[in-house]
Amino acid sequence: MLKRLLKNPLSLTGIVLLAIFFFMALAAPWLAPPAKPCPSFVYYIVPDWILRPFMKELPCEPFRIPRDGFRAAPLPPDPQAWKTFPPRLKDEFGKMLHPLGTTENRYDIWYGLVWGTRTALIAGIVIVGCTLLIGIIIGSISGYFGSWVDSVLMRGVDFVLALPTFLMTLVILSIWGRGLDKIVLVDILFGWAGYARFVRGIILSVREREFVSGAKALGASHWHIIFRHVLPNSIYPVLILASLDIGSIVLGLSGLSFLGLGQGEDYADWGQMIAFARNRIVGVAGGDVMQYWYTWVFPGMTITLFVLAWNLLGDAVRDILDPRLRGTR
Amino acid sequence: MLGFIIRRLLFLPFLWFAITFLTFLLLEPLGPYQRVALFINVNPEQAFGGKLTKEQLQRLIEKYGLDQPAISQYVRWIKQVFQGNFGWSKVAQKPVFEAIRERLPATFELGLYAVLPVVLIAIWLGVLSAVHHNKPLDHSLRFFSITGYSLPTFVFGIFVLMFFYGILGWFPPGRLSFWAERIVYDSAQFTRYTGLNTIDAILNNRWDIFVDALRHLVLPVLTLSYLSWAGLQRVTRSSMLETLRQDYITTARAKGLTERIVILKHGLRNALIPVTTIAVPTVIGLMLSGVVITETVFNYKGLGLLSVDATLQFDVPMVLGFTLIGTSLIVLTNLLVDILYVFIDPRVRYD
Repeated sequence: MLKRLLKNPLSLTGIVLLAIFFFMALAAPWLAPPAKPCPSFVYYIVPDWILRPFMKELPCEPFRIPRDGFRAAPLPPDPQAWKTFPPRLKDEFGKMLHPLGTTENRYDIWYGLVWGTRTALIAGIVIVGCTLLIGIIIGSISGYFGSWVDSVLMRGVDFVLALPTFLMTLVILSIWGRGLDKIVLVDILFGWAGYARFVRGIILSVREREFVSGAKALGASHWHIIFRHVLPNSIYPVLILASLDIGSIVLGLSGLSFLGLGQGEDYADWGQMIAFARNRIVGVAGGDVMQYWYTWVFPGMTITLFVLAWNLLGDAVRDILDPRLRGTR
Repeated sequence: MLGFIIRRLLFLPFLWFAITFLTFLLLEPLGPYQRVALFINVNPEQAFGGKLTKEQLQRLIEKYGLDQPAISQYVRWIKQVFQGNFGWSKVAQKPVFEAIRERLPATFELGLYAVLPVVLIAIWLGVLSAVHHNKPLDHSLRFFSITGYSLPTFVFGIFVLMFFYGILGWFPPGRLSFWAERIVYDSAQFTRYTGLNTIDAILNNRWDIFVDALRHLVLPVLTLSYLSWAGLQRVTRSSMLETLRQDYITTARAKGLTERIVILKHGLRNALIPVTTIAVPTVIGLMLSGVVITETVFNYKGLGLLSVDATLQFDVPMVLGFTLIGTSLIVLTNLLVDILYVFIDPRVRYD
């Protein structure tokens, strides 16, 4: 499968782009070092919206973008910063440099994009991981046991699928208040049902196979059969397809933070940065609109390339997994 | 068929009850004082310069039963809803029902202009793409569609706003220009029959206002349609490709039918079956979130923009009102799709 993905120019582009994004996320502390180093590496990996419930005070929040003064007007990119790689965020006199300029209110764009990649990937992986786990558990119980267990669980799935997810997100955020932690929680709360139904279908097709009856005849317990025999033989397509959903999940997240429902204005989050750019376009009609081009070009390109990369890869993988369309594209 | 429609219509109130009850369960962890704060707009401890005393607050809480368990609060709320009272929206500064009635036409107008081109053009382009499979036209249409569903609504919206408003100055944001707003909302000569500005302008024979309303609609409609457009085109294309490989298409061609009839009658009609079931509900779902983001980007004063403000300011009754309308829209469209399905695919019978 990997060979075919690498041969197709579209999916190859997707893979290369994703490799760059993963590199950006992994190397964030090197590419854009925070102003003061954190006491423990945990703060670099676990964002504050996960840590907050467990800790009263956070000594260090690298996901918050450093701010250069308190004026509103954006600053243009400094070519000076690019004399080294990774670009410098401070010159030798301690003055702040902005490799890609700043947003409105003077938050550094380079820092925001680099750490925003980390935010996006962490949020995407957390959501997909949790929804998948719930989906697999519910789906396999439902598919394996069948009869009334199946019908009760599937009615639940039908109900969750019938709820309008986006609207429910608005309702819940209007009660709990804004924040990425809440958005992630809501996504998990309403996202598992699709996977559960998918897993159930696959389990149903595997359940009657000989090796399952064989394990039953040997007296294996239900859980043993599900986790050692049924799931390993059926789960890979589910895992692959689910991981490809990260692109659209991140798209939804950034949409909500664009609306102002994210972590607040200094948080490294792509949607939030686009929201800043909007003010700079609407505000300058008649003037030179290109004056602040960097505020929307860089964040806009980053988020589009990210989603595009997942879609390119996703399309190719789905073609390979769906043999009916093999050879048609 | 009739039984099926009735069953589906009964599902709608059930969903309403579930959503609203869920909301009240979510409100449960808040204390009565926080719940009172949802309604009076300020920190209750220091309300009205400390003039609102603790006793008065207590009286408010008791009057509205905010200290009672979720279920009795819910029953109380439902009783009011059946009398047409959806509560007070502190963002709109008026009853929720009135705020919705005022803002709904704007959103409806946006959706009306966005849905039709989406469905027609997307299907047309999808067919075109499938017929010219693997030719340059197909490749460029596929490129167009893959960028379409990769570009976030808000990024695309800002790009077009930048270009058509910032550089060219053709299509301004908002819903009406200032001069037109004064005539439409305040003038006695202008009657608002429907609340849809373009249609009202024609009915009032004010073509200058019609043009102005249209200029403000172009960009939001374009933004709202592009995303769903791309997705629908993609589904049509793959469904059409699948259909064109069937034996009956070969038979139709062998009979000597013209290519046009083969594609439109034998091909498209069968290819549309998965398109209606998969794509139309997805498009409606996308449109709902799309409308909220589009209205925010273009500062288009519709229901979506109001709901975002309401969400940001803990205005639960307003958000709940929007959600109930959105849910009904989704359920009713799905019902409509199921009914349409019978006409598209005569093999289907709901009994």
